[in-house]
Amino acid sequence: MFELIGVPPQALFGQLLLGLINGAFYALLSLGLAVIFGMLNVINFAHGAQYMMGAFGAWMMLTYLGIPYWGALLLVPIVIGALGILLERLFLARLYHLDHLYGLLLTFGLALIFEGLFRRQYGSSGLPYTNPIPGGTNLGFMFLPWYRGWVIIVSIVVCLATWFMIEKTKLGSYLRAATENPTLVRAFGINVPRMMTLTYGFGVGLAALAGVLAAPIYSVNPIMGSNLIIVVFAVVVIGGMGSIMGSILTGFGLGIIEGLTKVFYPEASNTVIFVIMAIVLMIRPAGLFGTPR
Amino acid sequence: MAEMSPLLDVRDLHAWYGESHVLHGMTFSIRKGEVVTLLGRNGVGKTTTMRSIMGIVQKRTGSIRYGQTETIGLPSNNIARLGIGYCPEERGIFASLNVTENLLLPPAVKSSGLSIGEVHTLFPQLKERARSQGTKLSGGEQQMLAIARILRTGAELLLLDEPTEGLAPVIVQHIGAVIRDLKKRGLTILLVEQNLHFAVTVADRHYLVEHGTVVDEIENGQLANNRQRLEAHLGV
Ligand SMILES: Nc1ncnc2c1ncn2[C@@H]1O[C@H](COP(=O)(O)OP(=O)(O)O)[C@@H](O)[C@H]1O
Ligand SMILES: [Mg+2]
Repeated sequence: MFELIGVPPQALFGQLLLGLINGAFYALLSLGLAVIFGMLNVINFAHGAQYMMGAFGAWMMLTYLGIPYWGALLLVPIVIGALGILLERLFLARLYHLDHLYGLLLTFGLALIFEGLFRRQYGSSGLPYTNPIPGGTNLGFMFLPWYRGWVIIVSIVVCLATWFMIEKTKLGSYLRAATENPTLVRAFGINVPRMMTLTYGFGVGLAALAGVLAAPIYSVNPIMGSNLIIVVFAVVVIGGMGSIMGSILTGFGLGIIEGLTKVFYPEASNTVIFVIMAIVLMIRPAGLFGTPR
Repeated sequence: MAEMSPLLDVRDLHAWYGESHVLHGMTFSIRKGEVVTLLGRNGVGKTTTMRSIMGIVQKRTGSIRYGQTETIGLPSNNIARLGIGYCPEERGIFASLNVTENLLLPPAVKSSGLSIGEVHTLFPQLKERARSQGTKLSGGEQQMLAIARILRTGAELLLLDEPTEGLAPVIVQHIGAVIRDLKKRGLTILLVEQNLHFAVTVADRHYLVEHGTVVDEIENGQLANNRQRLEAHLGV
């Protein structure tokens, strides 16, 4: 059947896997952006830089402290998340009473500073990070490297756990309510400013986790985040800012669509997401899963 | 005589929305166990008074004492924790939460709150609609939910902003019965009302508000003698 449409199954499934991998990163990153935007009303332009810092964090822990991948997977999101909490307290929290745009400009500036610092220190040629689970298995129709399978599983588990926490738990009901009407939630005695701080830390931690996951796949590079984040913003626009499940599904879905495009019409593979974004913006400006606000 | 000192004591309260000066020295007080209303036409500052007490309107001066605590400088969440429950005029039911989640949202501030069972006894409708999305309820049910959720928390002072606005007579009666029941339980209630007929059935005292200040105070028992004065104020 595959030969009928002129595509060997190896190529098709290979690209599908690549698409899923990319989708795993799109989902993790757009999920963090959605959570932060929902609660803080800030478009976190530093997200890509924080992802990059996650990858560098893993590399630095290994290189300077001898902490292996598995330790970094746990520690780096905590450390970078804590850094996010500091940023929120020091800078972002002072901008909430102003227009959206100020938070966006601030985080954009911070992203440039972070990237500049890392580029100055480590250059931009990229640093290697050893694959912690080398090898793979032949599934018959394709070869699956263990580490890539691991990334997809971690991403799915973390995304679903985040969705569950927000949609199905008591803590999540505070989050949802505060996203809708922070003033009233605060007037019920809930410390909304502290929730905003922790939410930012959590979103940043997700970006850092994606960075650690990325380190063994892509080389650790100061500009790895700014390349990726442009696509992720398109993903967020397509999915709609408001919805948690929306960002997860859109992230994986667009990764797969991008992979399929590489098989069937490679010329468009770099632009397909932006074309979809333009179409969605015309038909549903609030995004596929978003509600107008 | 501890009982004589008011539970809530508002003195010379001024409040602003940006540059617009809305409250011009509100002064009134409520003793423990009383049901007191703020009566007045639209736009005189009743809602703003409640929002100032809750710390939602932050640009405010004067004094708001709750028990022994001066709250004028406190953030909204700390004011609620003292034991004040707020039921806003727009009801504030959350669309992204179902009825039970809405009901359980405000954290307990005192251990003396009503149990879920007691809440369901007062408002049986809420039990039947437990899994519905909060904003799918009828207006009356949403109002009940907005009152019910602050009963669970153990708040001792309830601020109810026009709880009967736009509701059918049977529901207004139901809410009246609930307010009298809550008074029997020893709760203190500040009620904003435009419905004078309803206000007389539940309140001990009334404050008349005009242009952001209290212009008159009338005991509920004296209301009949002052009917004309009152109706002139309210423009009925
Ligand atoms: N968010 C706001 N911003 C600016 N002015 C407001 C706002 N809310 C109310 N006001 C004004 O404050 C005054 C008092 O309003 P309000 O307290 O809602 O009156 P009431 O509850 O007695 O009808 C009105 O003149 C109203 O227009
Ligand atoms: Mg009002």
